[in-house]
Amino acid sequence: MGQVAPVHRKVVLSPQEAVAGIHNGAVLLVGGWGGIGIPEELILAVKSLAPRNLTIVTNNCGMGNPGDVGELFGAGLISKVIATFPVHSGAVDFRNQVARGEVEVELTPQGTLAERLRSAGAGLGGFYTPTGVGTLLGNDKESRVIQGKNYIFEESLPGDFAIIKADQADAMGNLRFRYAARSFNPLMAMAAKRTIVQVDELVEVGSIAPDDVHLPGIFVDQIYVSEDHK
Amino acid sequence: MSLSAGWDKYEQARKVIALLKPGSYVNLGIGMPGLVADQMDENLGIYLHCENGLIGYRGLYPDETIDIDVIDAASKPVGLINGASVVAHDVSFAIARGGRLDTAVLGAFQVSEFGDLANWMSPNAVIAGVGGAMDLAVGARQVIAMMKHVDKVGEPKIVRSCTYPLTARNVVDYIVSEYAVIAISEEGLIVEELAEGVTEEFLESVTAAPLKFQVSTSS
Repeated sequence: MGQVAPVHRKVVLSPQEAVAGIHNGAVLLVGGWGGIGIPEELILAVKSLAPRNLTIVTNNCGMGNPGDVGELFGAGLISKVIATFPVHSGAVDFRNQVARGEVEVELTPQGTLAERLRSAGAGLGGFYTPTGVGTLLGNDKESRVIQGKNYIFEESLPGDFAIIKADQADAMGNLRFRYAARSFNPLMAMAAKRTIVQVDELVEVGSIAPDDVHLPGIFVDQIYVSEDHK
Repeated sequence: MSLSAGWDKYEQARKVIALLKPGSYVNLGIGMPGLVADQMDENLGIYLHCENGLIGYRGLYPDETIDIDVIDAASKPVGLINGASVVAHDVSFAIARGGRLDTAVLGAFQVSEFGDLANWMSPNAVIAGVGGAMDLAVGARQVIAMMKHVDKVGEPKIVRSCTYPLTARNVVDYIVSEYAVIAISEEGLIVEELAEGVTEEFLESVTAAPLKFQVSTSS
């Protein structure tokens, strides 16, 4: 018996095609941290697709850079955001929309956000964390003493879609990230029902050694190779 | 005495470094703590950890080429030491909460005499960012608040009880301001070092909590 050739059906030709399924009211996980690891072309494609009433999950709410998540606020697509550090001075549209009461904000500590995504990807309902105990972000949450220490319960945070950025992919969707551009990207891929990745480079299947894969293709549905790097 | 007395921010960073143990893992918060990386002697073998998953970063060398994917918590370009590693956000915060992080050096709006930390939200803010502050504050074995001694209008930031929203209770071990190094212990606030020219009376006048002085003369 010969080996079955892998079916290379994950690569799409345009960012528009990649994000075409994102619907009104979707929960959209958007990768990136600060100014890096951001799937800029996918964000711009979501902006032109213009689904309404999105809930987005993101570390930041834009820094005023082209292609960052601020574009989606600018286009008025967002009704709720779950973020850790939304207050950058460049997040102008976000600030204005919050001031006008158009966007609901759920602030979550950064480690809690990471773990809410991780636990969603792992099929868990949530977890107890010491982070936020006795603070405005923890006071209304279920609390429990475990092994003598105070914890609060945080729910997992699954998404309908994740748009993420990676450095390299093969056609099976195996990914490698670059330095701090990894951050939330693999966690969001695991937490979403459907994951779309923008990569800088598409490499031959098998050229990433199994031990060197940062995120296996089982978590990746579609791959778009960035125009700047084709 | 004049308010301009005291350490400059670089000297203040070196006072923080003096509290760090060789071979320890340290996270530096946004703002003033970022200066610690630049003042750090690499030979101390201190590993800087960043929320973004870098373990073992350092300040850039003069004329070093910038890599946009290698940044600190303030998105400032940094370099990596030999032996650095990179993890995703879940593992980065497992390090913070899981008891592996020796020290977090954080900025502060207010610190109470019991070590309560308020550093993420001013009371009248409509929106605020919390980032990793709460995870780092509860997780690190030692928390050093590196801050100005008083706020922009001259109000003391070291207080009996925080009026700003809390980041975490009972977590700060040391305050390093431009005037003094202050330990927070069961016995309260212990001044361990005073900047040259700063008197006990002056320090008390800019601090809204009781101080005890155990200043070593050798410094």
